[in-house]
Amino acid sequence: MHPAVSVIFFTVTSGAGFGLIALIGLGWPMHEGPLAAFLACALAGGLAVAGLLASTFHLGHPERAWRAFSQWRSSWLSREGVLAVATLALFAAYGLYWMATGQRVMPLGVAVAVLALLTVISTGMIYASLKTVRQWHSVLTPLSYLGFALASAMPLAAAIGTDRSARTIALAAGVLVVAWLIKLAWWRRANASDFMPGSDTGTATGLGGIGKARLLERPHTGENYLTKEMVHRIGRKHARALRLVAGGAGFVAAAAFLALALAGLPVLFLSLAFASVIAGLLAERWLFFAEARHSVSLYY
Amino acid sequence: MTSLPRHTEKKLGLVIDLDTCVGCHACVVACKEWNTGGYGAPLADTDAYGSHPSGAWLNRVHTFEVTPPDAPAQIVHFPKSCLHCDNAPCVTVCPTGASYKRSEDGIVLVDESMCIGCGLCAWACPYGAREMDPVANVMKKCTLCVDRIYNENIPEIDRVPSCVRTCPANARHYGDLADPQSAVSKLVAERGGIDLMPEMGTRPVNKYLPPRPKAKAASETMPEAVPGFLGWLDRALERLG
Repeated sequence: MHPAVSVIFFTVTSGAGFGLIALIGLGWPMHEGPLAAFLACALAGGLAVAGLLASTFHLGHPERAWRAFSQWRSSWLSREGVLAVATLALFAAYGLYWMATGQRVMPLGVAVAVLALLTVISTGMIYASLKTVRQWHSVLTPLSYLGFALASAMPLAAAIGTDRSARTIALAAGVLVVAWLIKLAWWRRANASDFMPGSDTGTATGLGGIGKARLLERPHTGENYLTKEMVHRIGRKHARALRLVAGGAGFVAAAAFLALALAGLPVLFLSLAFASVIAGLLAERWLFFAEARHSVSLYY
Repeated sequence: MTSLPRHTEKKLGLVIDLDTCVGCHACVVACKEWNTGGYGAPLADTDAYGSHPSGAWLNRVHTFEVTPPDAPAQIVHFPKSCLHCDNAPCVTVCPTGASYKRSEDGIVLVDESMCIGCGLCAWACPYGAREMDPVANVMKKCTLCVDRIYNENIPEIDRVPSCVRTCPANARHYGDLADPQSAVSKLVAERGGIDLMPEMGTRPVNKYLPPRPKAKAASETMPEAVPGFLGWLDRALERLG
């Protein structure tokens, strides 16, 4: 599938943003005072909103984006939009009350956290619900989105919050390990067999009963929307190298920075850990799209 | 509303005969012509006369080679357009309600004024039946020529989809596949019409008629004794060495 930069930026950034919103809602220890409250909420909300805005750049008609809130009964994309706006609205109320009174309302915070995590899950479900792309069509897809949202938000929360104990940093490292284990399982499944087990050009055309079927001539001389969008092949060429980049920056470097944060200069190293997780996830997300093969490829 | 209707009164659709299609692409051109002047935004092209032409088309003809284990290869032309599925995944993923399936006749349509051009419906379709218009930035798809089939301003003989009307080989048939007595339903029953990619669970309305079995080609080895003049010539030339 075509890896659109806006969608890659959206899924990574809003994942981190909603992850941070969830951690703040669950009562992650933060500095006292209205300014600190404002900055923490602005950072979390800003990441989420930046991602959502980026996602509108790949639309043909962004001015009609509001219509996407209407079909939550059937569409995961619509559900994601509704959940994102509901999360941000409740989080704004939570943040304003926090700034005004210095109190963090726990029940409201928990509701915000639940909504934020559901938003991340629904982002993953947009892809997982597509039967046409076998690599995506798995419960591991939303799980991996959830894992990475929390794994990227934790070092950031620790960097801007007040709790930088060894236990907290170990927790961040633990979440990072779990997130990558989910991704490893996802990659294993994606590698395991053909991109459409049991289906080939013969079954897709119904001609397989006669003999071996292969495409002799495409229906068009140049590229078209389908070949550009769904029969995208460039990404798969460097898949191995990019997986190393994703794992190297997103896991190895991030884990090393977390370890260094235990030794000293925690704010600097936690920030570096956050930056390297994001860098790794950008490569991971690029591959998520570029490596995915759509069933229409059977006709090409 | 992007929830699918439980039941459609009719199932209007196409039956495509892979045995008689000659791959002339007349249906492709007729489709482009009609749908550029009718329903919705014109079907645009980019760089149409340049070195990298591209554009939105609602019907395309692929060409496959099939090689049986014991006979020479054969060519099968394979027209592909929207199959107006009963369980259309392109409709349910639409976030805006622009994609819908009509309960009266089962036609799947896009309300272009509501389409945000996100492209998710094209990803959800297993067959590649939807294409984004490169100029209007809205999703285009086969309308089953909804602006022809009910159009009382055109002669009755023309009230069929443009591709069907134009096909010189009569390889495309249009009708109600919910009615077992319709000509198309009988054709499907008689010829063993199939669904494309049944494993996707889309329950397509359009059906494909597989190529009829070919007669076995004559053996390539020479017969032992040929009677008549050719046999005499064969023996005479043999003697000359």
